[in-house]
Parts: sequence; C-alpha cells; structure tokens
Amino acid sequence: MTHPDPQVTRRTLMTLLAGLPLLVAARPAAAATPSLSFDQLYSKFGVLGLEFSEKVKSLAGQQITIKGFMAPPLKAEAAFFVLTEIPMSICPFCSTDSDWPDNIVVVYLGEKQTFVQPSQTIEASGVLEFGSWTDPETGFVSLLRLRNAEYASV
Amino acid sequence: MRMLLSALAATTFLAGAAQATTVYPLDRATILAGSPFDFKVEFKSVVKPEDVKITVNGQDYKTVLGKEAEFVAEEKGKEDKVLGSALIARDLVLPTEGAYTIEVTAGSESKSVTWDVYNTGETAKAKNVIFLIADGFSVAHRTAARIMSKGMTEGKANGRLNLDDVPPAAFIGTSATDAVATDSANTMSAYMTGHKTAVNAIGVYADRTPDTFDDPKVENIAEAIRRQTKKSIGIISTAELQDATPAAVVAHTRKRGDKAEINGMLFDVKPDVLLGGGSAYFLPQATPGSKRKDDKDYVKLFQDAGYTLATDKTELAAAAGTNTGKILGIFHTGNMDTTLDREFLKKGTVEKFPNQPGLVEMTKVALDSLSKNPEGFFLMVEAANVDKMSHPLDWDRAVVDTIEFDKAIGVAREFAAKNPDTLIVVTGDHTHGVSIIGTVDDEKPGTEMREKVGTYASAGFPNYTDENNDGYPDKVDVTRRLFLNANNGPDHYETFRPKLDGPFVPAIQNEKKEYVANEAYKDVPGAVFVPGNIPKEGDSGVHAVDDVVLQAVGPGSEGFKGYMEQSDVYRVLVDTMALGVKQTN
Repeated sequence: MTHPDPQVTRRTLMTLLAGLPLLVAARPAAAATPSLSFDQLYSKFGVLGLEFSEKVKSLAGQQITIKGFMAPPLKAEAAFFVLTEIPMSICPFCSTDSDWPDNIVVVYLGEKQTFVQPSQTIEASGVLEFGSWTDPETGFVSLLRLRNAEYASV
Repeated sequence: MRMLLSALAATTFLAGAAQATTVYPLDRATILAGSPFDFKVEFKSVVKPEDVKITVNGQDYKTVLGKEAEFVAEEKGKEDKVLGSALIARDLVLPTEGAYTIEVTAGSESKSVTWDVYNTGETAKAKNVIFLIADGFSVAHRTAARIMSKGMTEGKANGRLNLDDVPPAAFIGTSATDAVATDSANTMSAYMTGHKTAVNAIGVYADRTPDTFDDPKVENIAEAIRRQTKKSIGIISTAELQDATPAAVVAHTRKRGDKAEINGMLFDVKPDVLLGGGSAYFLPQATPGSKRKDDKDYVKLFQDAGYTLATDKTELAAAAGTNTGKILGIFHTGNMDTTLDREFLKKGTVEKFPNQPGLVEMTKVALDSLSKNPEGFFLMVEAANVDKMSHPLDWDRAVVDTIEFDKAIGVAREFAAKNPDTLIVVTGDHTHGVSIIGTVDDEKPGTEMREKVGTYASAGFPNYTDENNDGYPDKVDVTRRLFLNANNGPDHYETFRPKLDGPFVPAIQNEKKEYVANEAYKDVPGAVFVPGNIPKEGDSGVHAVDDVVLQAVGPGSEGFKGYMEQSDVYRVLVDTMALGVKQTN
C-alpha cells in the first residue's frame, strides 16, 4: 500500500535520468507525445492512500501532455503552478497545500510564461515525474509533476 | 473645578493606557475552578522587569496564582520587529471560585482585568452529553429542511422534524474577541472551552507573536473530562477530523489550518470513538494522498493504541461489533461527501469513495460503543456540510445535509428515551446570511428564470415528493422548488436550479487573487450574473453575525436561557457533568 520513500525517490531519479536523453530525442517528434488525462492519474483512491496508475508509472520520465486549468500561482515568484481538473476555487483559510484536491499536477516551467485566466483550458507538456516531493522554496508537497514544462491555451 | 479636571485627565490617561497592555485571559473571562490555563501579559513597550507589578485581588500575584511568570524582555513579530515585553506563566490553576481582579503596571502602562472563576455543582445532572452541531446552522436551513422533508399544505407543515421537538433554549452570541464576525474555530472553541477567542483560533487566546503554538492555552472539554472523570469521549464529523469544529474539542492552536499538528492533538487526547474524514493527515508523507510533512503514521499509532480501524461503511458496521470500545473510522482523505451526492446523485467524490457512511450510521455506532462505559460519555456530532455547502451557495446540498442532521438528532433522542440521564444539545456554531424568499416555478411563463421566482402569493407551495418515506425528497429538481438566497457572496451566476452535476463553485480565482464568477454556469439557460458585495478576495458566501438558536432537552438543559454568550454554554455543559468535581478514585 505505502511506497517506502527511498525506493520511490530512487526510482524517480532513475526514470528521470533515463528520461533526459529521451526528452531531447523526442522533441522533433512532438506529434507522438503521449497524453495523460486527470482520470488516468490514479488506479485507486483509498482512505489509506492513493495508487498511481500503470499509465503514470510507465510514462514517468517521458515528455507528456495533459489538459487542465491553471490555478493562480501561490506566490508571484513561485517557480511552478498547479494544474487542476476543474477551475480552482479555494476556501478562505487555505494558505497551504493542505486544502487542494488530491488530483493535482504541479507544473515546473522551463521558461516563464504569462498567466492565463482560470476558466481557460490549457494543455501543459513536460517531463512526467511521480512520488511525494516537497518544493524546497515553498514547502509545497506534490505527488505528480511536470518538469521543464510549457503550456498553451486550447 | 481643578479636582474635576485632574480626575478627567486621569480617566483619559487610564483609558489610553488601558489599551496598551493586554492581559490573557481577557477581562470578563469565565474560568472553571481547577482547570489549567496560561496567563500572559503583553506590554506595548519594552519595560524593565523590576518595574512590573502585578497584584491579584490586592495580593502579590505569585501568592494567588501559585507561580512566577517568565519575563520576556522583547517579544518579536514578523521581520524581528520588537513588539514589547511580556510575562508568561503556563498551566496556572485557580481552585477556588470567585472574582479575581488582576492589576498590572509597568512604567506608564497599566491594565486591570477581572476573571470570574466558577465551580460546578457537586453532583452531575446527567451521565451523558450529546452535543449535536450543524456547522453554520441558520433558521433558513431548518425551515427548508422541514418543508423539503415533510411538505406543507395550506400553510401548515405536513410533519415535524426531530429538531422541532427539542425545546429552543437560548439565543447564542457568536462574535469573536477580535471581530463582531466569526468563524468555526473560535465559535466551537467558545463552546468547548468556555472562553471566547479570535477568528481562526482554537483552545487558546490569540496573542501577538507569529508562532501559532505559543498562544495562551485554556482547557478544553475533552481535557476536563479526562482530568476529572472516566467518561468516554466521541467525536464525529462529516468534515476532516482536523477541521475547526472537531478540532476544538481537543486542540490548541492559533491557526485552524495547522491540521497535521491538530491530528497529533487528537491522538494525544485519544477520543474513544473518532469518526469522519481527513485520512490525509493520518498518513505518512511518503504515502500518496498524505498531507503530512513528516513520517508519522497515525493509522498505525491509533491501531497500536488499541483502536479498531474502519475505512468504509461496511468496516464501520464490523467495528461496531468488536467491543474494543475504541473505534477510529476514517472514510475520506478530505471532507466527506454531502448526503445529496453520497445517497442520491453520486457526484462530488463519491466515485472515488463510494462506500462512505452517513451521519446517522456514525451516530448509531458511536452511541452503541460509548454507552458501554458505565461512567457515561460526551459525544460531539457535527453535520459539517451544512456550512461547507452554504459557503458556495449550494442550498440544496446544505438543506439535504440538514435533513440528515435531523435524522442524527432522531438517533440521539431515541437513545435518550432509553437513557434519560442524557443531555442533548442541538445547535449551530454560527449562522449564514441565508433566507428562503419563496419558490422557483418552472411552469411560470417565459424563458427568463428571474420571472419564474414566486414571491408572496405567487410563490405557492413547493412540489417535492417523498414517495418512499425516507424523509428525503425523491428529487430536488422538482418543478416548483424552494428559493433560498444569500444576502452576500462573490460575483457569480444565479442559475435558479439545483446543481445536479456536483457541488456549486460560484467563483474562481484569477491571477490577481480576485474571485470572479465561474463561467461554467454562464450558459445555463436563464442564468443571471449577480455582482458580489463582499471583497473580491472572498471566494464564497460568508458567515453571518446573527444569533444562533440553541435547543436542549434532558437533565441540565434548564441551564440554558435567554441570551447567552457562546462561551457560557460551556459552563452549562461542565455543570451538567459536574466537571468541577473529581470523579475518579
């Protein structure tokens, strides 16, 4: 049920390392980039934890695309934004990641891009990474991330 | 004449100075004799310790309070800003009832506060207390629940809710220590500690330092019960168990958002029955779905402490038969789904958590388990979604959860009928700015939904049905339905219809952190734009300052009357259980 942390980190690291050359190679063949959707992220939602789907596990380290909505940045200078399944509305007391839905993807941009309106569907592409990880600057804990990402309105 | 002038000058000076120093507990605090509390003096300026003079009823404070306070030369705020000096003494106990006047002076600063230390009767009036709270419970919720559940003919209700037969006992003033407005943290904290506090604070007075765990603590009801009795404690909520209302039974923090730490406080108190959502804070950080930032595995810790674990309705039923006396039921990683989603529409997160129990099942299991303790119990039951759905103006979900709350009241009343030494309290923690103004009638002519709103005589009566007699309307999207309205909110689209696809999200945040109307509802036929009337940083309807109606039945209920401060409710609860008296030998 639970992923022992070191194992996840090691596997993530390995897939990341494996993914990096792939990323470069895959760039020209953008048409073949596999896509992921929010309902394909987890194979099981349970009270005692979630399980990543086989698709997520198999795509880790690869360039993928996913459609969703951009939640407003936590801080203006944050290096990432949160991609959500539906446009985000947060409670007045949410100052941390604690009140976000389970199914979010944290998107680390390769280069700065301008914010799009929250009701605009966007497609983000980047290298998929999974496993619990704490952003060192903000303390934001994420389970799924896109690295070196970019996005466009669709 | 000169005397009068100098007297005036002195009064003005004192009034000015009185604002400078703050003493916790605040003036007019009511304190249960024998209950531990923290004492703090915050000076506005940096003072010398030798200049500080504190007396209690004219005597040196150390003699009366039994402890020397620690002097802090400089308290620091954000960015190391010096806030002034302070004195802090933790875990003071005043065993004797009476008025205690604390006079503090230091240099030009002075402050006088008076506390009322009270005790309870020698004998308990009731063995058990069931405290049922619908978060945000307003008069409109109850009226709508009655009409939706029972129907109405010629102006008379066709039936009565369980709560209709619990006598109204008092109006409750819910304001916080720092504002006339209020939230679920400070309001439930007032009920559960007997002390009012600031918005977002639980089990503490809100001091000026940024640390959310150093604020002056007061004892809560769970701690008082553990200190004086062998009673069992139960906590049930359809919210996360770390959410403000359940947290206030056990926790101490300036910030209700400290949920990972609050979960640790739940474990410290170890309520015998703990049922609700919020498993994310029980899981170690490495487990996907966890919202902890450490490796603590509270599921295992509770199990090691002898708890039977239940994670869905089936396991809860099985746990009920185990006779361990300790049940941890966690049924969702976050807040549990509403009754309308769980039982009828299967929307929200029901697909992910399909077998969640409801408030009725949880209340039954808790009463069954807790009542095995011959010493009695205290049970807190929270219908959290009444508030959680009133915020986003999703009145159908809020009202259907009110009906479920009423059914839980029915379970409690059945128990009390067989166990008459039980006090039942039914209340809300605060209200919402909501009213019913009539109906929406799809059969009225035209396409403009606004013209289909029935007011006065044209409202007629709604046409909900309950063919299967389960107390819930067979559907909420009938052609002539109740029209509930909030007196405040963010920019949003009013659709005049129940939200059958999932809970209403009236507004979403833009890059300026302003909430704008959610365009997802713009094209619903007949939807009209409703401009917000609260600051744009607000995402949803806000709490009202209106009094709460408290109802009570059973021994001890006579203690509630007239207008009461929310903190005075605690005094009736502890008096009912005689918590001033040691009941363990």
